[in-house]
Amino acid sequence: MVAKRIIPCLDVKDGQVVKGINFEGLREVGDAVRMGVQYARDGADELVYLDISASREERRTFVSLVGRIACGIDIPFTVGGGISTPDDAARLLDAGADKISVNSAAIADPSLISRIADKYGSQFVVVAIDAKCIDGRWTCTTHGGSRLTELELFAWAREAQQRGAGEILFTSMDHDGTRAGYADAVYARLSQELSIPVIASGGAGSIEDIRRVLTEGRADAALAASIFHYGQISIPELKKSLYAAGVNVRM
Amino acid sequence: MIAIIDYDAGNIRSVGNALDRLGAEYELTADPARILAADKVILPGVGNAAEAMAHLRERGLCELVKGLRRPVLGICVGMQLMCRDSEEGPVQGLGLFDAHVRRFAEAADAKVPHMGWNALGNLDSKLFRGISGGEYVYFVHSYFAGTGPDTIATCRHGAQLFSAALKYENFYGTQFHPEKSGSVGAAILQNFLAL
Repeated sequence: MVAKRIIPCLDVKDGQVVKGINFEGLREVGDAVRMGVQYARDGADELVYLDISASREERRTFVSLVGRIACGIDIPFTVGGGISTPDDAARLLDAGADKISVNSAAIADPSLISRIADKYGSQFVVVAIDAKCIDGRWTCTTHGGSRLTELELFAWAREAQQRGAGEILFTSMDHDGTRAGYADAVYARLSQELSIPVIASGGAGSIEDIRRVLTEGRADAALAASIFHYGQISIPELKKSLYAAGVNVRM
Repeated sequence: MIAIIDYDAGNIRSVGNALDRLGAEYELTADPARILAADKVILPGVGNAAEAMAHLRERGLCELVKGLRRPVLGICVGMQLMCRDSEEGPVQGLGLFDAHVRRFAEAADAKVPHMGWNALGNLDSKLFRGISGGEYVYFVHSYFAGTGPDTIATCRHGAQLFSAALKYENFYGTQFHPEKSGSVGAAILQNFLAL
């Protein structure tokens, strides 16, 4: 059986991994390539690199960084952030990315998903969705959660799948940063409604949170950032605990 | 020298990166003379099998690959092209492996694409020297070759047992991506280089 995946997520600015702390600012935590190599050695199953650069110049730096990441690590990695055309995706593919993730741009123009998937295959396209629960309705947001859309999470996820997404990466904005656990029930429903893999993101605070989203939450993969970067949970320890709890993970 | 066949079939750079990490010399080429002169040939490939086959044919490389007598390794769609035929298209393959490629049936315990790390079983080739059954490698595919006389490794996705690797004479193929499979994948590539 295909193993449940553990995916550290690295937010990158100027080649450095950064993590926002309470929206006050960004704190650097390390070199993007070195951290990726270390995570791969520790047993991470995949990596996600998100470009949080603001300018075009910085984006160019990111493409060359993707090339260096591809040389350095021997596990698959996804890159995202600011991809709004098939050409953006092609540049990252050429640099060696295994997958790209699209978010706001796919909401603005859903045909972006099929235009990339038709050319490079569904396995290359991860559709990332940020949503929050408003009056009981899971509502999609864009631009890092700052703008509300009309789209409903489950309907948009189904449409993304139908347009050729290979995976859905859903972040609950209500859980992100809380370290109080993932939105387990939402993942279970997504997993039920979709035939493509679902990656859970937002809320990881403990090994138990990750175990729960991979079992009760039926997620195919669990993504987390700060708990890994700041060493709260080491990946070997996490994998050992999951394995002992009967979760199918790659040891 | 290793030739990686460059035929516009997806992310071929990652195979080169993996050979770099092993310190092996290689070139990306579609030049028949360079491919014929190589000690080892790798046929990579991601994406659509019918399109990949068309790209290979456009470059006039089908007969050349079939005629190679040195070790050849097809990876993912590269391996599928070396089979008899594929449902994806459908398209005729090179017919090197006695296998038919078809699509996974979706099931609650078997999402399609089959994406992620899965365990190898029934290892039966020098390609897997030093690798134990149960080791994990990375797969990304929606189509698979069933098991048969050329199967040298198996894997299971939901209820479906399929060929994780195939071999016929000097031709090898892996459905998984050794170049993305961490230290296990590196060992498999090393074994191929040592053939």
